[in-house]
Amino acid sequence: MFGHDYFVEVAPEFIEDDFNLTGLSSIVPFFRDALDVILDLEPEVPIKPANVPLVEHAAELLYGLIHARYILTKPGLRSMGEKYEDNCFGSCPRYYCQGMHLLPIGRYDQPGIETVRLYCPNCNDIYLPSSSRYLNIDGAFFGTSFAGMFMKMFPEIQRQCDERTKKQFELKLFGFRLNERAPGGPRMKWLRQYPQSKEEIEECRKCEFAMPTEEDEDNTGTTGEAEDGRMDEDNEEEETTGARASAGESMMSIVKD
Amino acid sequence: MTSRQSEYVSDSGSDYTEYWVDWFLGSRGNEYFCDVDLEYITDRFNLTGLNQYVDRIGLLVDIITDRTQISETQPEEARARLEDNAKFLYALIHARYIITSRGLSKMLEKYRNGDFGYCPRVNCKLTPLLPVGLSDKPRVASVKLYCPNCEDLYNPKSSRHSSIDGAFFGTSFPAMFLQNYPELVPTHNVDVYIPKIFGFQLHTQAQLTRWRLLKREQLLKRLEGLKIDYGKEVPGGFAEPVDEVAGAK
Ligand SMILES: [Zn+2]
Ligand SMILES: [Zn+2]
Repeated sequence: MFGHDYFVEVAPEFIEDDFNLTGLSSIVPFFRDALDVILDLEPEVPIKPANVPLVEHAAELLYGLIHARYILTKPGLRSMGEKYEDNCFGSCPRYYCQGMHLLPIGRYDQPGIETVRLYCPNCNDIYLPSSSRYLNIDGAFFGTSFAGMFMKMFPEIQRQCDERTKKQFELKLFGFRLNERAPGGPRMKWLRQYPQSKEEIEECRKCEFAMPTEEDEDNTGTTGEAEDGRMDEDNEEEETTGARASAGESMMSIVKD
Repeated sequence: MTSRQSEYVSDSGSDYTEYWVDWFLGSRGNEYFCDVDLEYITDRFNLTGLNQYVDRIGLLVDIITDRTQISETQPEEARARLEDNAKFLYALIHARYIITSRGLSKMLEKYRNGDFGYCPRVNCKLTPLLPVGLSDKPRVASVKLYCPNCEDLYNPKSSRHSSIDGAFFGTSFPAMFLQNYPELVPTHNVDVYIPKIFGFQLHTQAQLTRWRLLKREQLLKRLEGLKIDYGKEVPGGFAEPVDEVAGAK
């Protein structure tokens, strides 16, 4: 109906069930007419020509909000699952996510606040759609709960994440990595970090319900980073992890030897 | 095809440019490259070691610097190969040039123009990206983009950039760039995203995020110990967290 590839078709039975529309009549103007448009019904009273564009717009809004509810149901999640499999929402642009598929989300459930964003289950972060085509789709048409429900419904997504590399990028200058005390040195390692050492795993376990208190922290805070004040020499670990990434790994073969 | 004596036809076929370098830079897909000074290219010292990658390096330099044209009398195939080799050599010289002070200032202009694109991460709020190679050897890995805000690596958005060899930019360029222009090191945004179901955070994701925030606090403590300022006004410092999602409720 809107020709939009992020949307699934909402089952007509879902739309026809008034229970599923609870509360929407107070958000969507021309609610009845908009609903008739969506269900392809002839309106009882013909819509005034001046109102036609308004009703059409209201129908889009209504469909989007119904869509947000529908994709939290089992059939809705299944339809979105098919789209996810087909990579309809694109792949994570982050190099070390190795082409992980993305999910459309809204950061708000109220319409008109922010357009759609894309969630990567692997890096647990959100991205802007790569094409401007999606920059006028309301995030509320997908909603704040969809990504979470989706991952609960399809536990194999977590498995796909577990298989992916935990490697992080480190900026280097002539093979030397920069020290965190240097201006422009690494300050964001934590953002993509995974607990790896025994101490870190223990530390993460303590974070299950809250951040550990100062005392807990003092026992564990000294692990990892040993600083020597200079740049650490790189031990030339030419990692090939992620080489099987998505597209984009084809080399430029300018020279045909 | 007959009148290709002193002019190169650009991709669009309509506008003609006089110089080889302009033609190269104007070709689709070459938007990440800056123009290398001819004096740099003609200084043989700067080409040290590049003859292991291309034959007839002197002729290629002459082609790049318009001191010679590829002869019309040669077979099409040989001409195409020379052309490709000239592009390859230019690109390898480019990697060396962009870590010189002149090269850095040319890349600065391109950075300010957003020629390398912007970080797709929502919380990076359109920080401009920098091209980087994962290896300095050609034909190892394609070019990636480095975000100075999240300090992470991204794939180029467009396929015409994702096939460019990373060695044409090299592994040291972003670090060199930020060391030279420390004022461009961003104040890092610290906001994180945690998925929710009906307002409740997902347990595993929330736990990992708490641990990551703990690692950040440990970093802040270390910096404090070293008397390094990481305030919100300092390049390389941290911005105040803004929880937009919570703010809207
Ligand atoms: Zn990702
Ligand atoms: Zn970023």
